[in-house]
Amino acid sequence: MILLLSAMAVLLYGAVVALLLMNRPRLDFSWLGAFPVVVAAIVGCIPTIQVLMGGATEQFHFPWPVPYGEFFIELDPLSAWFLLPTLLLSALCAIYGVGYLRSWQGRRSLGPVWFFYGLLVLGMVLVLLARNAVLFLFAWELMAVASFFLVTFEHERESVREAGWIYFVATHLGTAFLLAFFLLLARETGSMDFDVWAAQGIHTQGLASVLFLLAVIGFGTKAGFMPLHVWLPEAHPAAPSHVSALMSGVMIKTGIYGLIRAFTFLGMPPLWWGWVLIGIGLTSGVLGVLFALAQHDLKRLLAYHSVENIGIIALGLGVGLLGVSSGSTVLIVLGYGGALLHVLNHALFKGLLFLGAGAVLHGTKTLEIDHLGGLLKRMPWTAVTFLVGAVAISGLPPLNGFVSEFLIFLGAFKGGISTVGEIAVPLLALIAGLALIGGLAVACFTKAFGIVFLGEPRSEHVAQAHEVGWTMRLPMLALAAGCVLIGLLAPTVVGSLKAVLEEVTGLRPEVVSLNLAATKTSLTFVVIGSLTFLLVTVALVLLRRSLLAGRRVEQSVTWGCGYPQPTPRMQYTASSFAQPLTDLFKVLLGTRKRILRPRGFFPPEGSLETITPDISHEEMYRPMFERGKAWLSQLRWLQHGNVQLYVLYIAVTLIVLLVWKFR
Amino acid sequence: MNALAFIPLLLALVLSPLLFGVINRTKALFAGRRGQPLLQTYFDLWKLLQKGAVYSRTTTWIFRAGPMVGLAAALTAAMLVPLGNFPALIAFPADFLLFAGLLGLMRFFTVVAALDTGSSFEGMGASREVFFSALTEPALLVILATLAQQTGQLSLSTMLEPVSVAHWQHAGPVVALVVVALMIVLLAENARIPVDDPNTHLELTMIHEVMVLDHGGPDLAFVLYSAGLKLWLFAALVVGIVLPATANAWLNLLLATGGMFVVAVLVGVIESIMARLRLVVLPQLLVGAGALAAVAFLLGLI
Repeated sequence: MILLLSAMAVLLYGAVVALLLMNRPRLDFSWLGAFPVVVAAIVGCIPTIQVLMGGATEQFHFPWPVPYGEFFIELDPLSAWFLLPTLLLSALCAIYGVGYLRSWQGRRSLGPVWFFYGLLVLGMVLVLLARNAVLFLFAWELMAVASFFLVTFEHERESVREAGWIYFVATHLGTAFLLAFFLLLARETGSMDFDVWAAQGIHTQGLASVLFLLAVIGFGTKAGFMPLHVWLPEAHPAAPSHVSALMSGVMIKTGIYGLIRAFTFLGMPPLWWGWVLIGIGLTSGVLGVLFALAQHDLKRLLAYHSVENIGIIALGLGVGLLGVSSGSTVLIVLGYGGALLHVLNHALFKGLLFLGAGAVLHGTKTLEIDHLGGLLKRMPWTAVTFLVGAVAISGLPPLNGFVSEFLIFLGAFKGGISTVGEIAVPLLALIAGLALIGGLAVACFTKAFGIVFLGEPRSEHVAQAHEVGWTMRLPMLALAAGCVLIGLLAPTVVGSLKAVLEEVTGLRPEVVSLNLAATKTSLTFVVIGSLTFLLVTVALVLLRRSLLAGRRVEQSVTWGCGYPQPTPRMQYTASSFAQPLTDLFKVLLGTRKRILRPRGFFPPEGSLETITPDISHEEMYRPMFERGKAWLSQLRWLQHGNVQLYVLYIAVTLIVLLVWKFR
Repeated sequence: MNALAFIPLLLALVLSPLLFGVINRTKALFAGRRGQPLLQTYFDLWKLLQKGAVYSRTTTWIFRAGPMVGLAAALTAAMLVPLGNFPALIAFPADFLLFAGLLGLMRFFTVVAALDTGSSFEGMGASREVFFSALTEPALLVILATLAQQTGQLSLSTMLEPVSVAHWQHAGPVVALVVVALMIVLLAENARIPVDDPNTHLELTMIHEVMVLDHGGPDLAFVLYSAGLKLWLFAALVVGIVLPATANAWLNLLLATGGMFVVAVLVGVIESIMARLRLVVLPQLLVGAGALAAVAFLLGLI
């Protein structure tokens, strides 16, 4: 615990130093800001890995002069499982940030960025460790506020300010539900401490269900469940890329962490909780990837993909909950195991992809997919790592995305064999839905990779793109390596879930081991298959090389039915690539088209524009807030801007409260 | 591991190009032509392997990697599919997920290799490929879920074996629905009529063939061979479900191998008597396949 506390102290120290020095414009903040984060991550990883390997859970109490509050932190396997990717990704993104922010060096002070970056990491660590509701909410707010300021880094752009506000409002609406959740729990148990809640549990079914829904909404807002996801596609593209990577990779996972933690308080779940989560998972997954497919901005596309992946995690949790309700240990272990592993995997490949998008932005100054193209020749490192991330996020072997989806699928198939309709039917929906998500993800990422990195540059300045520096390349390479390693070491990685699963599911250690052993056997064969695939590929490379050795290998233009002068404008674009799918699902997407048709024999102009606004933002939140505004503006007569009047309001309120108290 | 486990893989490797010959002969018969030799695909492969190559200046190593990754994935997938009573080389619970994943990987690289050329024809083919495969993927998985539910098994090798005469009598409608759905998936995944026309000479109307327009020489040989393997593997799934098992393993193997060519004849017949469906109608067919499989699953629950 002393190591973790010192890691937090280092984070705080680094943040404060960056803030204090912010008025020195000539100072190079890069390493000053990133170094403490890296040190803290290394120090913090030691106890985290110890706990995951089966070490003892550690606690730390410290009296805190806040009512009902106590500085009570604990490192147990569940916290450790989330803490590990948090620390790793924070450090890698910090290193990347050094290179990424260099172009702002001298133009504006980077002190505040590093200050808030440090606070964000500190907030996330504290959220994962806090065991007291007040401390948890404090950390939750710290995380929200720090990330708000990071999102609005480029606040001189109006779209960024707008995105920042949407994020700020959304996250606080979520917190309101959490407040209700915690207060209800506190009233029921008479304590604010998580360990008391976990020990006592909730025994009235009605209250537990209310709490369940509050937790799903409150934590789901942070995680990005549809339709609570509205802030994600706004905030992620607005933030600097290393911050987007951190937010999408690990910050939204604190919502998942909170949800899993909340399940440990709520006692025995009824079957419909599992159905709710599977429903949420399918909605978020399918709609997330569909909206991603319709996007034109690379980072917005990735943001919608986070919604999809959160959906996959929710599917895993749903399988786990179904298992708990029906007493099927296989479902519990595979569902929770798949969800937890996907948390780690998504942190790696989504972090990687956002960093890749940042590199594209850095190299070309644009994220508009239809303006890019041909970057593989100009940015080979970024391209290769992005390809790894794209294959991984599509859930394809031999990489890590396949492993976690394999677990969830396997759970669904094992449950689907059962003849109980209440379990088999939702799981069938899950199988079909997850397969559809996988197919659409392939469509989306062949589009993202193919249009951005392959073919010819679609605009002039993209042709002059340059590869990014080593500080930005290394984190991407490290994350890509992580994707490959988890794919090839799948049985070992899944084995390390043992401690977490024991804690979360409350199953006996031997039951968990037994189920994990069966899964590990399957995964060993998967790895054998993956290695066979890699070996065969190498063999084919050698075969092709020997076949072509000494023969004529020529260069020419791409075949265009005999047309010898193709131009980059003749290429298929991202919009045209996605058009069949976006048209098929136009009911769900609401894509608007603006067509200017070419007229006459020699048409001078013609254009097509497609816009896909977020449907829940347009159809649900905007009307809701408009109505709320209209309703609240009726109270505007209270507000005169007259200070004396406000003082009077306060005095009247106090008197009313006093009367009410002593009545 | 005994040597017999290699039999399904070896048969796939040796006989899969023959399927195209059988299909073409069937079509020729319908059209009243004599048709190309049964072994034409082998001759084509041999000829292509002797050639050099021409690459577009737009392309990168992705374009060259596409056919190799595709063939490697198809070869690995071939190790997962049993034939007759002979289990696959690699068999484990939920091996069909790896099978589906490898086919997905093959598709991913075929598509990015097509996009690498910067040609709008190939872009169009790639776009349609991901469009249709996104819809066949759920159908395939639901079919597999139904099979798993019917047999209580989670490995292709054990799942396809116990479907017997008794099973057809016991759950005939379920098996029939699954076979129809699987047949649609087979046609879609292998770019056959009514989804795609492998014989057309107009790039605009093709899906799979147009994606590989720029490949030539050994690369095209790889593409052609992996297409044959893929067709073989799907046909093996169909045969595995349909063919009732007898007591004699070798007889079963013979029947299954014969069954593969019956599937090829069937594909040829479908291609001869049907036109290609319009692109806008295809999603209905593919979603229909998924719906049939889902109905089979629900029937199986009762």
